[in-house]
Amino acid sequence: MNDQLSPGFADPVGAAQATFRAVLTALSEPGKLLELELTLEPPAPLGLAAAAIALSLLDGDTPLWCDPASRNAMPSLRFHTGAPLVEAPERARFALIADPALLPSLAAFDAGSDEYPDRSATLIIEVAALGPSATGGTELVLRGPGIPERRSLAVRGLPAGFPAEWQANHARFPRGVDVILTAGGRLAGLPRSTLIEEL
Amino acid sequence: MNSTVPDSQSPAALPAQPSDARRRWMAALARADRASLEAAWRDLPERPGYRHLRQPEIGLAMVRGRMGGTGQRFNLGEMTVARATVRIDQGPDGAGTVGFGYVAGRDLRHAELAALFDALLQDDAHRPMLMAALIVPLERAAAETRAARERAIQASRVEFFTMVRSRE
Repeated sequence: MNDQLSPGFADPVGAAQATFRAVLTALSEPGKLLELELTLEPPAPLGLAAAAIALSLLDGDTPLWCDPASRNAMPSLRFHTGAPLVEAPERARFALIADPALLPSLAAFDAGSDEYPDRSATLIIEVAALGPSATGGTELVLRGPGIPERRSLAVRGLPAGFPAEWQANHARFPRGVDVILTAGGRLAGLPRSTLIEEL
Repeated sequence: MNSTVPDSQSPAALPAQPSDARRRWMAALARADRASLEAAWRDLPERPGYRHLRQPEIGLAMVRGRMGGTGQRFNLGEMTVARATVRIDQGPDGAGTVGFGYVAGRDLRHAELAALFDALLQDDAHRPMLMAALIVPLERAAAETRAARERAIQASRVEFFTMVRSRE
């Protein structure tokens, strides 16, 4: 088990603050492409951004669900954050998805309640590529709070059914899950308030 | 880290239960003074390279007790703990042993040294030499300090006794 541990942040406070700032920006300006500039050796198979977000946001009070593909990263994340692993998606506060092709339905995750919509799950989805390098991917056209007019985001690796799933998630507002898409060091936010208009 | 160290992160809660031998040397390393560990590290014939898996950090750990050792568990109070986790380099693949150091107080270097020796002691090649040259002397020194303190306390011991009366 020890062989699988990867190092945490070299500068835990500074790196976690930088990551938190990036997550705030990503969720307040949905679809905006952000690049994390950190030196971190992420535990395989996670990319740098997904690992940094997990290290910054998880702790002993945030049950974590992970898909089978990201299971190898769990010893490291558990060691650094102490987050409990849960088998049932609906009990998780955070979900790590390294293989979006096997993404469970978004409705499987905790969408919060009408009284406490903030108590919902946040999904960190590692996609094949984000932004200009995502050739051959889908061009998501986004509309909603935090976006002047429209914003487009190129994504490669999301399953074909994702936009439809997302509309259902968006329709549950104020309930619903939030998604952070990551690819290597890049990330973009997709909060539940955002509407996807496929081009 | 300024909150209580979660239970899941204490070395005892790791999936692999530490052996009694490892418990013994971790305790000896944690109770040692930093200067002797530093000297032992300096005197190693070859010091391995290492990297931090978790940067040395200071936090609090809740100390729990049981009244009389058997009663209900209660929180006695929090104590300051320094901890570090290192991986020493071994071979070209870099997959070395992981060592943990948990030390009372705020001495980060002490925690780091304890973690380094913990990693070295798990290696069969280093263990016999280190046990003889480091752990046994540390334990002897600790036992002597303890014995001296007990003698000093015994000198001022007062024997209380009660006469037992029969019921008649």
